[in-house]
Amino acid sequence: MSLITCRDLVLGYEDGPIVRNLNFTVSKGDYLCIIGENGSGKTTLMKTLLGLLKPYGGEVLFGDGLKQEMIGYLPQQTLVQKDFPASVWEVVLSGRQNHLGKHFFYRKNDHETAEKQMERLQITSLKKRSYRHLSGGQQQRVLLARALCATDQLLVLDEPVTGLDSQITRIMYDTIESLHKDGMTVIMISHDIDAALKYATHILSLEDTHFFGTKEEYMKKKGEQA
Amino acid sequence: MNPAILSEYFQYPFVRYALIVGVLISLCSALLGVLLVLKRYSYIGDGLSHVAFGAMAVSAVLKMTSQKMLIILPITVAAAILLLKRGRDAKIQGDAKLAMLSVSSLAIGYLLMNRFSASANVSADVCSTLFGSTSILTLTTGEVWLCIFLSVAVSAIYILLYPRIFAVTFDEDFARASGMNTDFYNLLIATVTAVIIVLAMNLVGSLLISALVIFPAITAMLVCHDFRSVSIFSAVVSVACAIAGMLTAIVFGTPVGSTIVACDLAVFCIVYVFSALKVGRG
Repeated sequence: MSLITCRDLVLGYEDGPIVRNLNFTVSKGDYLCIIGENGSGKTTLMKTLLGLLKPYGGEVLFGDGLKQEMIGYLPQQTLVQKDFPASVWEVVLSGRQNHLGKHFFYRKNDHETAEKQMERLQITSLKKRSYRHLSGGQQQRVLLARALCATDQLLVLDEPVTGLDSQITRIMYDTIESLHKDGMTVIMISHDIDAALKYATHILSLEDTHFFGTKEEYMKKKGEQA
Repeated sequence: MNPAILSEYFQYPFVRYALIVGVLISLCSALLGVLLVLKRYSYIGDGLSHVAFGAMAVSAVLKMTSQKMLIILPITVAAAILLLKRGRDAKIQGDAKLAMLSVSSLAIGYLLMNRFSASANVSADVCSTLFGSTSILTLTTGEVWLCIFLSVAVSAIYILLYPRIFAVTFDEDFARASGMNTDFYNLLIATVTAVIIVLAMNLVGSLLISALVIFPAITAMLVCHDFRSVSIFSAVVSVACAIAGMLTAIVFGTPVGSTIVACDLAVFCIVYVFSALKVGRG
């Protein structure tokens, strides 16, 4: 059983569909890169997977014990966040929000998980620092730690290296790769095709003709076209 | 300040009422102000206060001044919900709509009060509603209890829902993706904002409410760098300014609302200079 199955999915807003007849599956341990030009519907697809948008048509099915709200989401930063007065600890812990259930406050195991994920991303030393005083790369690691607090199954990353310099970009990709090796399933939105081909196991392309398959199949197809 | 004069004033129940209500309102408005400033909703507080003024005028025209809360609260809450729903649309348009709502309420409110008010001195009534010069000192016991009840409810909501409020303020999309009903929390914040603004109208009048909401939060954000200390510092600043402002107003006979806002402004300036110097040195 796959974690996510999209069947005849149609994406769009009120004024009409953007993407039609999308069929793909994400299985445990996959590293799926969703590539395509700006405006090709990558972000719309991601928002639909996360439940922020309703599908225009077709369906998104969750399996293998995955629930939609248990996806770890790394969004692109908003202007509001850049100067938000919050400590790193407060931000990371807020990832446990989907584990609150009927409780008002975070409990011991929420605190432990947050500590553990900070350790995992080597940001424990930043714990008491203010989020707004961190560098772009550090902020991104904090948000990644928050996403890891929310999930132990599936990460959805929205252009995770936007605005980072080349060295920090490489470190970020390596971090994601090591999470993947630890058994995390990863869906990454990207327009960095080189990185997609380097790290991903599967590719979903939203170019004019949709493509979904393994990285090898994608390269073969590209080779034939060239 | 002469302590003897103050203790004399404290003999009067209306002075004690005013202080209790002032402290509670300033506490709640400060907590809420942190959310509104961070969510970039500062202007909503301003718009709502004008709506509350209009609603107050309607209640005066209907000769329902004794039960005016029954009219003002629902109208302001409805306006808050309406504004927040529109907030999702194009930004500029939303701003313009808010400005229109806000000036219309002021204009219609004044028009109604001027034409239909039974009172002999309309100008004094309007001035009091806009700047709250005397209303804090003329509260009925019922209004005091209403203030106490609503303030306790607002503080309890803030404390109990603190983790969720943080999540929805910091990153609404993430919160929604984690299964949180963010529409409900935004609605809650809008409703609470409306309630606080109606209460605060008694303290500082409808024109000065924004100061009560924005100043403590902005002051706190100059010196505090995490959400919890911003919330606490903002509440402390706001309550301290309210007490200082009210005592000054009582002793020197200055208008209560303006004096409180002047205190807020003074503290902001002091903290601003202090933090600028610190940055300059550090």
